[in-house]
Amino acid sequence: MWRYAMPIVLFAVLGVFLYRGLYLNPGSLESPLVGRPAPEFSLPSLEDPLREVGSDDFAGQVALLNVWATWCVGCRQEHPYLLELARTSGIPIYGLNWKDDRAAALEWLARLGDPYVASAFDSEGDVAIDWGVYGAPETFLIGRDGTVLHKHIGPLMPEIWRRDFLPKIAKECGSLPCPLVDGEE
Amino acid sequence: MIPEFGHFALILAFCLSLAQAVFPLVGAATGNRQFMALARPAAAGQFVFCAVAYAALAYAFLTDDFSVRFVALHSNSELPTFYKFAAVWGGHEGSLLFWTTVLAIWTLAVAVTGRAQPEAFSSRVIGVLGIVSAGMLAFTLLTSNPFDRLGLEMPVDGNDLNPLLQDPAMVLHPPMLYIGYVGLSVPFAFAVAALLTGRLDREMARWTRPWVLGPWIFLTLGIALGSWWAYYELGWGGWWFWDPVENASFMPWLVATALIHSLVVTEKRGLFKSWTVLLAITAFSLSFFGTFLTRSGILISVHAFASDPARGLFLLMLLALITGGALMLYAFRAKDLAGEGGFTLLSRDAFLLANNILLTIAAAFVLFGTLYPLFLDALGFREISAGPPYFNVVFLIPMLPMAVLLGIGMHAAWRKTPPDLLRRKLKWPAVFAVAAGATLPWIVFGRASVLSTIGLAIGLWVVATSLVDPIMRRLGRGATGAPITRAQWGMYVAHLGLGLFILGVTVTESYDTELDRAVRPGETWHTGGYDFEFVGLRDVQGPNYTAVEGEFEVRRGEKLVTVLRPQKRVYRVRQDPMTEAAIDAALHRDIFIALGQSLGGDAWSVRVRVKPLISFLWIGAVVIALGGLIAVTDRRHRVQPAEQAERVRVAPVPRPASRPAEGH
Amino acid sequence: MVRILVACLMLVLATPLAFAIEGELGFDDPAMNERYRSLLREIRCPKCLNTSIADSDALIAADLRREVHQKMAEGHTDKEIVDYLVSRYGEFVVYRPPLQPSTWALWGAPPVLLLIGVIVFARILRDRARQPLDEDPIS
Repeated sequence: MWRYAMPIVLFAVLGVFLYRGLYLNPGSLESPLVGRPAPEFSLPSLEDPLREVGSDDFAGQVALLNVWATWCVGCRQEHPYLLELARTSGIPIYGLNWKDDRAAALEWLARLGDPYVASAFDSEGDVAIDWGVYGAPETFLIGRDGTVLHKHIGPLMPEIWRRDFLPKIAKECGSLPCPLVDGEE
Repeated sequence: MIPEFGHFALILAFCLSLAQAVFPLVGAATGNRQFMALARPAAAGQFVFCAVAYAALAYAFLTDDFSVRFVALHSNSELPTFYKFAAVWGGHEGSLLFWTTVLAIWTLAVAVTGRAQPEAFSSRVIGVLGIVSAGMLAFTLLTSNPFDRLGLEMPVDGNDLNPLLQDPAMVLHPPMLYIGYVGLSVPFAFAVAALLTGRLDREMARWTRPWVLGPWIFLTLGIALGSWWAYYELGWGGWWFWDPVENASFMPWLVATALIHSLVVTEKRGLFKSWTVLLAITAFSLSFFGTFLTRSGILISVHAFASDPARGLFLLMLLALITGGALMLYAFRAKDLAGEGGFTLLSRDAFLLANNILLTIAAAFVLFGTLYPLFLDALGFREISAGPPYFNVVFLIPMLPMAVLLGIGMHAAWRKTPPDLLRRKLKWPAVFAVAAGATLPWIVFGRASVLSTIGLAIGLWVVATSLVDPIMRRLGRGATGAPITRAQWGMYVAHLGLGLFILGVTVTESYDTELDRAVRPGETWHTGGYDFEFVGLRDVQGPNYTAVEGEFEVRRGEKLVTVLRPQKRVYRVRQDPMTEAAIDAALHRDIFIALGQSLGGDAWSVRVRVKPLISFLWIGAVVIALGGLIAVTDRRHRVQPAEQAERVRVAPVPRPASRPAEGH
Repeated sequence: MVRILVACLMLVLATPLAFAIEGELGFDDPAMNERYRSLLREIRCPKCLNTSIADSDALIAADLRREVHQKMAEGHTDKEIVDYLVSRYGEFVVYRPPLQPSTWALWGAPPVLLLIGVIVFARILRDRARQPLDEDPIS
């Protein structure tokens, strides 16, 4: 008797998984970099090709690294909020300008405002691969000891900032106020 | 007005499908003949209204009625008429309407041909199909109405049909698959009716056979067309990727293949009854599951492409109702279907048992590998991917022994076979397969691997064992009396197709040449035994696209073999860049060129592939389907029960058990 | 059909078409080229749903091809390259699932299922061999 009931049991188990699967998002991949030291890099600055921008710049601070490009629609969308964060959050934002045209990128910053302490110019996309970047925009939260604390794929929006970033920042900074680094601007 | 009319027809079809589900089933359960008599009129009416709804949508497409949302999203006034018609099934809503219409057609066919069957049985079959129809029509009406209007924001012109679908093979591929998928609902209904009746005799198995073979032929051709399309249209020369949706079409095929073989045992010997019923339920459930997979976005919704859990949930509930209900019935009733009868290791029965176990295992592997990433995700593990490197290994495990056993099984007799007979028939095919498999790769290609040797030997073995009987008869040797029946011819031809397919896969995967290269006009190079020259570029205007076309001359020695003109198209409405590969197809090899990217100026990256024997994949698939077609035409499947009974009574010629099997 | 979705999605995603760099196209040495091509086929384009980086026109796929090319040219083994990409993009990025606790069932199921199949076959055959071979005509 039990062997005739086996198909329905297997089907029921499968059904439970499928039901759960409906509400999962198979694309929400957590970066393997989270919890690990951020990859080191050093690239020419967007503004001045002779100057280097790299991971040394944000060593010892809690910082954001934002991957952006002028051809990316989501970047345009998150831009105003990045500007607001740069003004109010006290956390320095570094830019990784990804596979972009230098002139176009500079024009974009001049026209829309520049939220970045500095932008590294990654024309070949090598650094982006080292950071496991899928596309733009993406935003990494980096801790004081240089560990990647969080990665967000897609435009950075207020509710995401409050939900995903703020708790991790609070944890990293403890009860102390996070060291506020004076912007270089 | 016409779209509203179509919508109304669809609602009426739904009402009739409810009647078609309820009255015949209740009638059969209570013995109410008036209720049972409603089965056929309801099915006929349901078909008429589905057809009217379908015609209304097709009319909206042909007349460019962009006030209908579905038409606006999937058509355009510039679209060639042929594709406007095909666009009806080019999107979610329309393809659902197609699905339900096809189901109505199958139902009608069953209703018309089933008059000779016992009334209660055929009422139950039509009733079960009514449940499936009602479910799908409700799904269409409630979540995916193709007749929705856009109201005020009606666009001036439509969004165009996805350029990938603007291709002759793609016009045929989805309907073929749907006809196959949906057709498997008929054996499903037979199986449920058998469970409700509490018996499955050999006669019922005989009626069922053409209803499995028919959908199976369509599935075979549909899958092959899809693979062929992917090969020449997607621009990278691959033909199978073990993608979840490819797998979703392949699993029902594997199970339906097992079902065809299991039905033979049920028909000839009255055995494997509950197993046959289970396979019939599983085959249709897997087709339905495929519908669920493709439309819920459960496995492929990455990033922006938000899935619609409401649709997914509805389909999952429908799956739970249809499959769950059938399996529940199976759990309680299957024990009534036990069959008596023995067989030995060397018998047709035992080989078909092995075939069934191996095909089922293969289908289970595909299902498991497809869903495993989902399991991990649901259990909170980090996601993984299982792709071709996994499936290629795992799929060969059951398939290699199956192909070997198949060659023997074809020649085994029911119950038991004298080993002598097998030895006599199979000695030469075995010698030929091993000898040719071991030497041919060296002679033709100058190199061999373990896998290519095994693959070739097995392919040749299947080809040789499929041909040995017809050949021996022609030579007048080893003939064993009775002529080869249609069903037997079907078996030999289908297996021959499988052998050709195996040869094609082995050779093309082992000996293809791939080259990606940056080229400028005037440049020449040598690859895969041919000399290529990039002659130049020109601009081309299509009806609804513009294209850059490259011209390549292919030479062998001094002789010009072909001139290939691959294109990079941009369709005007959607602005999608499309790669249109150019292929010089010949029986022994394809030469494939696709334009990659512009490298600035006149320089382009190109993909060049030389694929030996790839034509055998498509030829093999067509021959397999042809085998099915020959088997369907066996008149014994169409003999009416009364006539059949007559024949058996008049001439029950007992035959010795040791004879090689006739029929299958 | 998924290919259609894949293709649609690739277009929706925020990536311009790649400009192929000649270096990513392959190696002159046939053996090296063969190794390169088969490695590309095992790596999943992280942003294109379900295509290998060998077959994708997406920007990120071209970058990954170049990365693989560069690492091969530097003399890294296939395993080193795959490990590097997994450490950056996760196990999701390889089509051949690595053997680890979460994939034991995936790799273990096929042999186990096959063994069960053999046992089932043997048991059914044993039962059937004990039953009489009825002599009903087979039509």
